[in-house]
Amino acid sequence: MAKRVVRLKVLRQDGPHAPETKRWEEFDVPWEPQMNVISSLMSVQKNPVTADGKTVAPVVWESSCLEEVCGACTMIVNGKVRQSCTALIDQIAPNGEVITLEPMTKFPLVRDLIVDRSTMFESLKRVKAWVNLDGSHELGPGPRQSQENQEEAYPLSRCMTCGCCLEACPQVNATSKFIGPAAISQVRLFNLHPSGKMHAAERLETLMGEGGVADCGKAQNCVEVCPKEIPLVDSIAQVSRQTTKHMLFGWLLK
Amino acid sequence: MASKSLTRTDSGKTRRVIVVGGGLAGLTTVIKLCEAGVPVDLFSLVPVKRSHSVCAQGGINASVNTKGEGDSPRVHLEETVYGGDFLANQPPVKGMADAAPGIVYMLDRMGVPFNRTAEGLLDFRRFGGTLFHRTAFAGATTGQQLLYALDEQVRRYETVDVEDEKGILVKGEKMVRKFEFWDFLSLVQDDNGRAIGIVAQDLKSMEIDSFVGEAVCLATGGPGIVFGKSTNSVINTGTAASAVYQQGACYANGEFIQIHPTAIPGADKLRLISESARGEGGRVWVPKDAKERRRGKDVPEKDRDYFLEAKYPGYGNLVPRDIAARELFLKCFHENKGVYNDKSQKNELEVYLDLTHIPEPTLRRKLAGILEIYEKFVGEDPYHNPMRVFPAVHYSMGGLWVDFERREDGGLVRGSARNQATNIEGLYAAGECDYQYHGANRLGANSLLSCIYAGLEAGPSIATYIKGLTKSSFDVGSSVFEKAENREKANYQAVLKMDGKENAYKLHEELSIMMLRDCTIERHNAVLDKVIAKVDEVEERSKKIGITDTSGRANMGAQFIRHFKNMVVLARVIAQGARNRDESRGAHFKPDFKQRDDENWLRTTLAFYGENGNKSEVKYVREFDYNVAGKPLHATDKVDITLVTPRARKYETAGAASAVAATAGKDDKPGKDGKKETQAQP
Ligand SMILES: Cc1cc2nc3c(=O)[nH]c(=O)nc-3n(C[C@H](O)[C@H](O)[C@H](O)COP(=O)(O)OP(=O)(O)OC[C@H]3O[C@@H](n4cnc5c(N)ncnc54)[C@H](O)[C@@H]3O)c2cc1C
Ligand code: SF4
Ligand code: SF4
Ligand code: FES
Repeated sequence: MAKRVVRLKVLRQDGPHAPETKRWEEFDVPWEPQMNVISSLMSVQKNPVTADGKTVAPVVWESSCLEEVCGACTMIVNGKVRQSCTALIDQIAPNGEVITLEPMTKFPLVRDLIVDRSTMFESLKRVKAWVNLDGSHELGPGPRQSQENQEEAYPLSRCMTCGCCLEACPQVNATSKFIGPAAISQVRLFNLHPSGKMHAAERLETLMGEGGVADCGKAQNCVEVCPKEIPLVDSIAQVSRQTTKHMLFGWLLK
Repeated sequence: MASKSLTRTDSGKTRRVIVVGGGLAGLTTVIKLCEAGVPVDLFSLVPVKRSHSVCAQGGINASVNTKGEGDSPRVHLEETVYGGDFLANQPPVKGMADAAPGIVYMLDRMGVPFNRTAEGLLDFRRFGGTLFHRTAFAGATTGQQLLYALDEQVRRYETVDVEDEKGILVKGEKMVRKFEFWDFLSLVQDDNGRAIGIVAQDLKSMEIDSFVGEAVCLATGGPGIVFGKSTNSVINTGTAASAVYQQGACYANGEFIQIHPTAIPGADKLRLISESARGEGGRVWVPKDAKERRRGKDVPEKDRDYFLEAKYPGYGNLVPRDIAARELFLKCFHENKGVYNDKSQKNELEVYLDLTHIPEPTLRRKLAGILEIYEKFVGEDPYHNPMRVFPAVHYSMGGLWVDFERREDGGLVRGSARNQATNIEGLYAAGECDYQYHGANRLGANSLLSCIYAGLEAGPSIATYIKGLTKSSFDVGSSVFEKAENREKANYQAVLKMDGKENAYKLHEELSIMMLRDCTIERHNAVLDKVIAKVDEVEERSKKIGITDTSGRANMGAQFIRHFKNMVVLARVIAQGARNRDESRGAHFKPDFKQRDDENWLRTTLAFYGENGNKSEVKYVREFDYNVAGKPLHATDKVDITLVTPRARKYETAGAASAVAATAGKDDKPGKDGKKETQAQP
């Protein structure tokens, strides 16, 4: 019986300033049980030879947890943005189909499948995505919260800054300043928390101008690609209502 | 005095401390330093929000006793020490147990969405090695939620300006500067060996640079990848701890590696099914008939062997991990009764972990995070099918040796410059990379706690240390830094020029297969000798690696070679430590030496790096001298057992882990498991 192989087709580029190195390369790696895209890339590391026999530098990518909680390994697999660690070979290529891997396009390229998502972390800074803690010293328990509150907050809090939603969002592109759905949803999260609420206005103000929540075109692409099934459209609608209210009554309520 | 100000040197430079690692331990250290007014440079391989702590699932321990079971920090201390088979120094454990409720409250205030009770209080569940509901949790992604909460607080400090004691703003300087996608290479040490900075490499541009720090704290996590596939993140190579060990830091109890009994197989990683599954009532079993062909869910009750419950009626499925892993190995490997697999036509090293008797909504509310992982990677519905799980390398109890200053009553002196200090002056360590809190075996949900607690101690301790400095690192001549930087640049260039025949990834696989097979659940001296010989061989062959990538950008290959070499060094520490320790204690089990031997081995393994010709070696010592804040001190391998007297470990009986627990439990919950006994007196 011929050994089963997995064919990867990878879009590579040596660096952001080397567009001339942009190229597709194909690799055949031996199939293994429970294999996923990451383990097949690991196979390429062990034997970095293309399908047509050329020895090349192994493909580089980003990963850490390998169980879809850290968000590091996001890339475009067969045309769809997702985490590559949960992209099981037997599911995405059950009959030995070619698997294409590309880096995300909405972020500056670093090399091969690695992109630089620091803007997402900057956005979290911009919207003040935190509770304003007095200090880490002992002050007794936090505010009591209902199970319902916890059940609303918890899913929002699972956002791993992976970037899928930004990649899928038509409003996020090289010419727009739109902050994207992930950070907006974090504003909802912190405005929900009993102590986070006290600074809701500050957060909303960061989303009122250009690039803020009003720039969302309601295309709903984001919610479809979010691996954590975060209700991003709900979050955007809620935050949008909060900003409107704040715009109308904010000064009065202060 | 280096300076009267904690934020500025006399010459006006901002005094910063370097923290390497942004998991729970690192982030907590950063927060504590910032609160003390000390600015920080934070380094991490990955954006800190993607640190390995994000993987933790089950929860964090704190004896808040909201369920009226009579739990208390005293019981938590006793059970932790007992669970660790008495190898942990007890004062730090007491400090941790006492601080735990406060830590969980702090996290709660930061906004961690912990599960709640009907009354709106924090909910707690059970974990291994205890009879109490002591584990606070946020679904089954507790680590992620904790990491995010701390990450958010640190992000806030990224926006806060540095202010000196008089309240004058230091222009352009923020309390925290992050260096993400940077790899720690080594310490910069002054002529007296004091750590005054680090050399690190930018993993995008591959540029190597040195950084000044008044002190350095490593919070770089565990070394699971030494064993190849484990439950750890791929970045957990232990490279930083290995690097400072090679620079003279003492590595303690390296041989104590925790095997988690319940993981799922994978080609790249062994994904964990958290102990919380058993904490919520999950039951472990194998079919009574080794040739059982029916699917798990079709095997009737009478044909199942709930072997943990049968052998350990007291703690049942929640015996500590070392015991559970060994029992599983006994069942599957020695008795060949693992779950039969039709495809491979053999009994695998797998057992059933069964949750199907618990209502689906409860499972969704409390365990969805891990069941999702099972569903995704196994492709089977764990709500209605018993899961198939097997043991995997999970955690290192051993790590960098750190000091502590004991308070009269047994806890730690908060703010003593000795707490979390390594034997290299100015170098601190916190989190899984230190050895301090778990002895020979860690109890579930105690690690998130120990990481945060270590950070709470390290922060104030470092602040005290830098207050007492006579000379600021920022006043040391630049030549010292250039020298260190040039050394690392030369090392890197040498890696880029490697043109041998060996492939680093394949070599790693060879080593790790052996480590995994021969240096985990059961250890035999004759076999360990072979492992050590293999380490020798691999070390030799690692000089003949051929580099596959010479790119000047994001060169994963060159980085891996460095990490790999550092892993080989740690593999030796682990294997040699295991070879030497002729007894069984906690996670370290030798069938030829089944008993714990307190007379000879109730002591910390203290390892120092040495070289013999062109071969690395481990030098084990019983005592050594070191300095903290200019004060000469002396350490020995004696374990501080002043709070809980060692006794035999017996999980067959409920309440055995804590004498207090046995009586306390009695008043509140009589007769749940019938025979609570108070005989477990020391
Ligand atoms: C799957 C899984 C589940 C777990 N569940 C639980 C649980 O429920 N409860 C519990 O108590 N414990 C649990 N643990 C254990 C616990 O998660 C870890 O022990 C703990 O998170 C370690 O935290 P840390 O801060 O020490 O290090 P980590 O979170 O590992 O962080 C290390 C940091 O150091 C950085 N770093 C490492 N090397 C370098 C370098 N060379 N240069 C620069 N930066 C570097 C990394 O980038 C990272 O930021 C679990 C572990 C696993 C594997
Ligand atoms: S709904 Fe808004 S944020 Fe989501 S994809 Fe559409 S435009 Fe983008
Ligand atoms: S909202 Fe979802 S898709 Fe967007 S970054 Fe967060 S986890 Fe990723
Ligand atoms: S590696 Fe963490 S999400 Fe894939």
